[in-house]
Amino acid sequence: MLKKISKIPFKGTAEQKAKLDAVIAECKDNKSLLMKVMQDAQEIYGYLPYEVQVMIAEGMDVPLEKVYGVSTFYAQFALSPKGEYNISVCLGTACYVKGSQEVLDKITEVVGITEGECTADGKFSLEACRCIGACGLAPVMMINDEVYGKLTAKEVPDILKKYGA
Amino acid sequence: MENTNLVNIKINGMPLSVPAGISILEAARYAGIEIPTLCYLKDINEIGACRICMVEVVGARSLVTACVFPVSDGMEIYTNTEKVRKSRKMTLELILSTHSKECLTCVRSGTCELQQLCKEFGVDDSDAFKGEVIHYDFDDSAAHMIRDNNKCILCRRCIAACDNQGVSVIGANARGFDTHVSSAFDKDLADVSCISCGQCIVNCPTGAIVEKDDTAKVLEAIHDPEKFVIVNTAPSIRATLGEAFGMHIGTNVEGKMVAALRRLGFDKVFDTDFAADLTIMEEATELVERVKNGGVLPMITSCSPGWIKYCEHYYPELIPHLSTCKSPQQMFGAVMKTYYAQKMGIDPKNMVVVGIMPCTAKKFETKRDDEAASGYPDIDFALTTRELARMIESAGIFFRHLPDEEFDQPFGESTGAGTIFGATGGVMEAALRTAVKLITGNEAPSIDFEEVRGMKNIKEADYKVGDLDVKVAVASGTKNAKVLMDKIKSGEADYLFIEIMGCPGGCINGGGQPIQHAVVRNFVDLKARRAAALYDDDKNDVKRMSHENEGVKKLYEEFLGEPCSHKAHEVLHTSYVERKKYN
Repeated sequence: MLKKISKIPFKGTAEQKAKLDAVIAECKDNKSLLMKVMQDAQEIYGYLPYEVQVMIAEGMDVPLEKVYGVSTFYAQFALSPKGEYNISVCLGTACYVKGSQEVLDKITEVVGITEGECTADGKFSLEACRCIGACGLAPVMMINDEVYGKLTAKEVPDILKKYGA
Repeated sequence: MENTNLVNIKINGMPLSVPAGISILEAARYAGIEIPTLCYLKDINEIGACRICMVEVVGARSLVTACVFPVSDGMEIYTNTEKVRKSRKMTLELILSTHSKECLTCVRSGTCELQQLCKEFGVDDSDAFKGEVIHYDFDDSAAHMIRDNNKCILCRRCIAACDNQGVSVIGANARGFDTHVSSAFDKDLADVSCISCGQCIVNCPTGAIVEKDDTAKVLEAIHDPEKFVIVNTAPSIRATLGEAFGMHIGTNVEGKMVAALRRLGFDKVFDTDFAADLTIMEEATELVERVKNGGVLPMITSCSPGWIKYCEHYYPELIPHLSTCKSPQQMFGAVMKTYYAQKMGIDPKNMVVVGIMPCTAKKFETKRDDEAASGYPDIDFALTTRELARMIESAGIFFRHLPDEEFDQPFGESTGAGTIFGATGGVMEAALRTAVKLITGNEAPSIDFEEVRGMKNIKEADYKVGDLDVKVAVASGTKNAKVLMDKIKSGEADYLFIEIMGCPGGCINGGGQPIQHAVVRNFVDLKARRAAALYDDDKNDVKRMSHENEGVKKLYEEFLGEPCSHKAHEVLHTSYVERKKYN
């Protein structure tokens, strides 16, 4: 699956930059720590947009393309920010056979973004995840830490309404 | 092979002693056996990814990749068993399952390594593994090339070539079936800091990366009776063009090249070597002036547009070190559309000047600002050696049987100094030959500056010219240039003059040169053999110093005044711009 590159303008703060600079200062003499720096950067910013990857590339003296290559290879790295409400739909085997794809499609219809994207107002982000260990409740989705089980696509709009969709 | 540990191995039953630690691929060559490769590029791409070079090793659990598997004592290797052949054929079929099969219209048909292997291994069903195919859009954003990932086999040779240039603007992105070669954030090539050197093109085994073809536009100009079409050929073309017609590497085909260009219908066939001599007059004078007047030193050559773009993107703070001289190609065009147009009574508007260049960055260079002395672009089209070869082929010219002809005058005259511009160290040597004269007033006692010749990445030499210590450095390949640039930045560099050529080995190994398969690049010293043709030419020249070029002298007398005069600056010098590393 190709990762979607967010078009939402970067809103990094000076405080975030200071944190990342500190991580880079600690790691810059060992290029094999690139992954660690990227993981920490994602902790700090929530995702790895262009601006952050440039900071990492310059700081670690690694070509930007190499940073991007790593960020698109590993599933753990996100190129889109997480919304205020991150919707995570389980596409694990049990949920999938119980119809979680329809749930996912319905969410897309309601909030207007597809998997891996974030709404322009930063309110919702959507991701498909693997088994979250709640197969008994399949199909399952999570909105931040809230778990919704035994879902049908029909229930989706009402649930999302609670979050202001 | 003395002083190395030898191991005894058997290849296809043949006993043989080879140096310990070399790969099976290299060992097989001692036995006269060529193992096919696709991804392997000696020293720069040894990743064992493509699985074409699989061989059987007795006792091994499965087939092994010959390109990266080291030999050991007692090893028994079989390179051509049925199991091996079946494996290679299946690998090719799998590659073909996602490969665009537009071979009939592909510019690399006939020089494609994948096509050749399919033929060699008897692939008879290109749809053996028919399945899902991702369609990629072309990237034709850059001035010099087109990337068509539908033809990419993910061998990663282009990536290795780009890394080897210290540029690294392309890489493998995404994962699994989605893996594709592109730039960071999948930006167009024109929007990243690509230097247009074209090393990715000459290292691509297929037609996934090709130069932008300008031959149709050139033919249109030739057929337009209004247009006076002048061609000029860069120093290195005579040393490489023959390869496109199956001639030995390092054959000097100057006479046949001139004959072919005349038969293609160019109105005048001139030699860029003339402009190389002119460049030396300007550049050597500029250097002497900088030394006298306390100008920015070390001064760095500016002939290579790939290098210039590299400097602008990656070391903009060092731009003042660059000589302001236009490249020989651009000087040539500038002289044509000013002096020659005037002399011939031709409106420069109706003059079309074409460069035959070893270089894809030359295509970018023609479109730069401040490269239009007459008000019209100095050069209209820069064709690569490959494009010229295609023009000759499609015109039905039997190149190998052409008579040897001479360049037209007055811009066909050149010295040995101009000719060696095509190889790393050549510009430096040419400049030194003339600088000695400029500084001391006398000819140099010896004009062979051997220290700056050869294919070493970085060369340094110290000369005493009159009272002046002239410490010089020469680097080819931008990754090696980087070493010198970092030295300048840190204040360690005590050089007076630096020559940089963007491509490893210089123009003879430029991104526009004839395609040689990886097997040649890996095992033949391509650069040295091509360069030898130029140094031989120089050795046999009667005149070997740029300031002896009568045509150049006349140009100064009649038009420019003297080197670095106001007029010369207007016509022959240019300016540079700071470019961003990230856009």
